[in-house]
Amino acid sequence: MSEHVNHIRRLATEHAQVDGALLPILHAVQSAIGYLPQETAATVADVLNLSRADVHGVITFYHLFRTTEPGKHTLYMCRAEACQSMGANALADHVRDKLSIDWHETTSDGRVSLEPIYCLGNCACAPAVMVDTTLHGRVTADRLDEILD
Amino acid sequence: MTDAIVIHVPADSAARSVGADALARAVHAHATKNDWPLDLRRPGSRGLYWLEPLMEVEVDGKRVAFGPLSPAELDGLIDTNGRADPSHRAYLGPVDDIPALARQRRLTFERVGVIEPLALDQYERHGGFGGLRKAAAMSPQEIIDEVKVSGLRGRGGAAFPTGIKWQTVLDTPSEQKYVVCNADEGDSGTFADRMIMESDPYLLLEGMAIAGMATGATRGLIYLRAEYPQAIATMNDAIVRATDAGWLGGDILQSGRAFTCEVRVAAGSYICGEETAMLESLEGKRGMVRFRPPLPAVKGLFGQPTVVNNVISLATVPTILARGAQHYQNFGSGDSRGTLTLQLAGNVARGGLYELPFGITLREVIEDLGGGTASGRPVRAVQAGGPLGAFIPPAHFDTPMDYEAFKQIGGMLGHGGLVVFDDRTDMGALARFAMEFCAIESCGKCTPCRIGARRGVEVIDRIRAGDNAPANRELLGDLCQTMIDGSLCALGGMAPFPVQSVLEHFSEDL
Repeated sequence: MSEHVNHIRRLATEHAQVDGALLPILHAVQSAIGYLPQETAATVADVLNLSRADVHGVITFYHLFRTTEPGKHTLYMCRAEACQSMGANALADHVRDKLSIDWHETTSDGRVSLEPIYCLGNCACAPAVMVDTTLHGRVTADRLDEILD
Repeated sequence: MTDAIVIHVPADSAARSVGADALARAVHAHATKNDWPLDLRRPGSRGLYWLEPLMEVEVDGKRVAFGPLSPAELDGLIDTNGRADPSHRAYLGPVDDIPALARQRRLTFERVGVIEPLALDQYERHGGFGGLRKAAAMSPQEIIDEVKVSGLRGRGGAAFPTGIKWQTVLDTPSEQKYVVCNADEGDSGTFADRMIMESDPYLLLEGMAIAGMATGATRGLIYLRAEYPQAIATMNDAIVRATDAGWLGGDILQSGRAFTCEVRVAAGSYICGEETAMLESLEGKRGMVRFRPPLPAVKGLFGQPTVVNNVISLATVPTILARGAQHYQNFGSGDSRGTLTLQLAGNVARGGLYELPFGITLREVIEDLGGGTASGRPVRAVQAGGPLGAFIPPAHFDTPMDYEAFKQIGGMLGHGGLVVFDDRTDMGALARFAMEFCAIESCGKCTPCRIGARRGVEVIDRIRAGDNAPANRELLGDLCQTMIDGSLCALGGMAPFPVQSVLEHFSEDL
C-alpha cells in the first residue's frame, strides 16, 4: 500500500500551486492510480498543509472519487429521469442480474465495476450508459450485452 | 471528377454514441475502395438526434443530408460524379430545409453542427469573434448596457438579468475579479451546454472574454462536469489554440485588457451546479452551499467579485454584441427576450436541440416538433426544468414557454430541458425518485433538505404500501412545504415541486 505514497506526493506537489488545488490533485491521483488509495488523505493533507479530516471530507463528498480499486472497466449507467422514461430501470435490473453485482460493486473476476450516474447529457438518445469514457446511446439489453462481451 | 467529395459526419458525443464513428470509418473505407477523392469533416451535431448518425454531402455548395444512416447503407448513396441519390432510404434533402431545422431560429447555436469545433478559421469565417471585436472597442459600461438592453436572463435556470449581475461585479472594486462559467449541467433532459462545448467551444470562450472585459475580471474558470469527457478535452484544446492565436491572454485585440481561461473538472456532485456550492468546490472544498448575501457578484470565488453564468448565457453574449442588443431583443415573449434553447428528451419521437423564440406552447413543442412519444403511446406527463421541476399534465400543454407563464402553472423553464413520459409511467415512482435524488445529492448543510428528503422517501414508501395512506399523504404535503420554506438553496427548496405536482395532477398514482 505504501507503494503509492511517493507517487501521490509527487502528483500533489505538481499541482500544489494551483488556486483551490485539492480537486485537481485528487483527479490527478485518481486518473494515475485508478482510485484514491487509503494513504491519499494523509499525503495530500501534508503537501497542502490541510488537516486529514479536510481532505477526507472532500474525498467522501464527491460521488466520482472512489476509494476502492475499480474493475478493469467501469460501467456508468444513467439513472436520471430521461433515461428512466426509456426503460433505464429495467436495463439496470438486467445488468445487475447478468453481472450478479449491485451498484458500486465490482464483478468477482475484477472485470467490471457498476456505478450509477445522474445524467450523461445524452438525454435525446436515452437510455444512455458510459463504459470508461465511451458514451453509448439508445441502449437495449442486447446491445449492452454486446458491449459487455 | 477532380474535386474532392466533401462529407460531414458529426463528432458530437451523442452522435458518436449511436454510431457516428463507425459511419465515418465506413465512409473513409468506401472512398478508398471506390477511388473517390474524399474530404471528410467532423463537425458537431445539428442536434436532430433522432436522425443521428446524420451524414451530409456537399452537392453544388449545398449540404444534403442522409440519416439515420448505417455503414451498410453507403452503397449507391453517391454516384461517380459525386451526386447524392435522392431515392436513397435515408435521403432527407438539403439539411437547412429539414422542417425541424427550418422552423428554428438559431442565434446561439448558429454554428453548431456547421463548423468543425476546433477550426479557428472556420469559427471566424462564420462570424466568430465578431462580438469580442466590438467589445474590445467599447467601455465596460457600454458592454453592460448592451447586455441589459438585450433583456438576456440567466439561462441556467434562475433567469436573473445577466446585465444587472455584471453591473454589480463592475461596481465592486477589487484587484482580482473572476468569471466562473457554470458548466455543471446536471439536470436530466439537458445537453445544450455539452453541445456548445463540444461543437462550438470558441463561442463560450468569446462570451467569457467579453464578460471579463465588461466587469474587469481577468481570470475565467469553467467548472465542467466530469461526466462530459469529450467536452473537457475539446474545451482544453480550444483554450490552448485560442490563447496561441491571441484571442485570450495578455492584451486581447490591443484593448489593454487581459483574460485567461482554464477548465476545472467537477466530481459528480449535483449540488455543485448551485453557484455558491460551485465556488466552494472551486476553492477545493466540499460543495456546501453558502448563505447569501453576500452575493457572489460581491464576494464570490476566493472572496472576490465573481460573475457566475451558465454556458448558454455566456455563449449568447457574442451574438448580442455582434448583431446588436435590439436584434436579439426583437425575439421572445413578455419579459422573456431572445431565444430559448430547448432540449427535448426522454420518451419523444424527435428529441433534440430546438432553439426558438420564447412563446411557443408546450403542445407545439411536444406534438409538432417532437412528434409525440417515441413509444407511440399517449403522453402522460412532461417534466420541465430538470429533476426539481414539476411534472406537467397534458391539460396544461397550451402554456406558452416563457419564464412567467411557466411560473403561473407551478412549473419552471429552468435550463430549457423537457423530459417526456408516456402513459405507462408510474408517477408515484417518479415522486419517490425526486426525494431519493435530493437525499443523495443534498450537501447536508440545512436540515429541511438533509433530513426532509430522507423522510420524504420513507413517507412515499408508506403511502405506496397502503400504510395509513390518507394521513401520510397529508404528512407528505406538510413535509414538502417545510422543505420549500426552510431550505437554504434550490435543491431542498424545489425538490418538493415534482412531488407536489404528482399529488396534485396524478393522485391516482400516489
